[in-house]
Amino acid sequence: MNQLINVTLKVNGTEVSRPVEPRTHLIDFLRNELALTGSHAGCEHGVCGACTVLVDGEIVRGCLTLACQLDGADVVTVEGLTESGAIADLQTAFHLRNALQCGYCTPGMLVAATAILGQQPPATREEIREHLSGNYCRCTGYEAIVDAIEETAKARAAGRALAQEGA
Amino acid sequence: MKAPPFAYRRASSVADACALLDAHGGSARILAGGQSLIPSLNLRLSQPELLIDISQLAELRGIRVSATEMIIGALTRHADIERSAEVRARFPALADAARQIAHPAIRNRGTIGGSIALADPAAEWPAAALAFDMRFTAVSTQGERSIAATEFFKGLYETALLPGEVLRSIHVPLPAAAQRAAFGELTRRSGDYAIAGAFVTASVTGGWLGGTRAAFFGVATRPLLAARAMRALDGSAGDAAAVAAARAHLEADLDPIADLYNSRATKLHLAGVLLARLVARLAAPGG
Repeated sequence: MNQLINVTLKVNGTEVSRPVEPRTHLIDFLRNELALTGSHAGCEHGVCGACTVLVDGEIVRGCLTLACQLDGADVVTVEGLTESGAIADLQTAFHLRNALQCGYCTPGMLVAATAILGQQPPATREEIREHLSGNYCRCTGYEAIVDAIEETAKARAAGRALAQEGA
Repeated sequence: MKAPPFAYRRASSVADACALLDAHGGSARILAGGQSLIPSLNLRLSQPELLIDISQLAELRGIRVSATEMIIGALTRHADIERSAEVRARFPALADAARQIAHPAIRNRGTIGGSIALADPAAEWPAAALAFDMRFTAVSTQGERSIAATEFFKGLYETALLPGEVLRSIHVPLPAAAQRAAFGELTRRSGDYAIAGAFVTASVTGGWLGGTRAAFFGVATRPLLAARAMRALDGSAGDAAAVAAARAHLEADLDPIADLYNSRATKLHLAGVLLARLVARLAAPGG
């Protein structure tokens, strides 16, 4: 039962190789093996969304994915998104809108939001709410979170529209 | 919680997965998208000794259309079905249903084959399979066989799959020109399992319903066709009287089990509400 599987994957642009126990979830691999503690382990059965990360560019639950399944995968966490500046505008909007209280759900909210920020036309409030239905905020600060994402989505869409006009 | 320890093998092909299943008997489970299996491990509701990972088998993925059917590979994800232009064009009700399955992050990993092989009584795809008269292809070291959806769902999480069989593909007959379909479900919160849900299909000719199929989920220990209600709708215009007659049969057709929030009576009532809404959509001019 103490089988170890060797996996090699890219995390935030850096290749890492580790032997992992089959039962190790991606979220625990990131937090415990790689000390990437930005992503949070919340409910551990796929309900709360605090562990949301990107695998091959798509949002997934870190608690419902086994690390041993991800040989060759490209994983990006909230650390990768923030350090590259990819969501600097979203972070600013969260800050200005006070879109976090205890902050536990915030990394999952930020990563989940990335999946709809690029939409043209920008996602409506209704679409944002639906998209975030799998991310719980137990401080119940949803209004401000939706505000921040809506504002960022609109700003990005407008920026792209302006660039297209310029071209 | 954390999953209990288990061994792990990555299958190199469907044949390899079948051979591994044969070698390890009932102590092994197939791991596809893992969006139901891994929670059940985390909650320690199941403790397999071995997981056979098929998630990287490209041969099991994808949607194609033949002259008579749409063939969906078992590993095709809910998100793939949600985004498929082919599905949207030919089976809009299936595209609508895909969007109601859990949440985007789950739909990016969960698969249609996993959902069907698990046979959760509150899941969308098993009921869709009944309403659209789908067939499934299962493979084992003994060969392959085709199983009708109507013969597949035996009971609570119980299917016609035999030990050693892997679900390979889902076959959806292409709709005749007059076929219409509607899907709906009632949930407490977006993404929750449905309190009650249904797919209704029928051929609508000159306003008259024929060959009606109404498949329900969340209202029994398995997905069910509401046979008496279907007969009551056939030959009608889907009008209020026909719907009322059909609804009166649901108590005999379905067998809801109360959950934390909804009594048996509530679930039966909601199934009737859904039936009325979906038939109205089917029967609407241009619907």
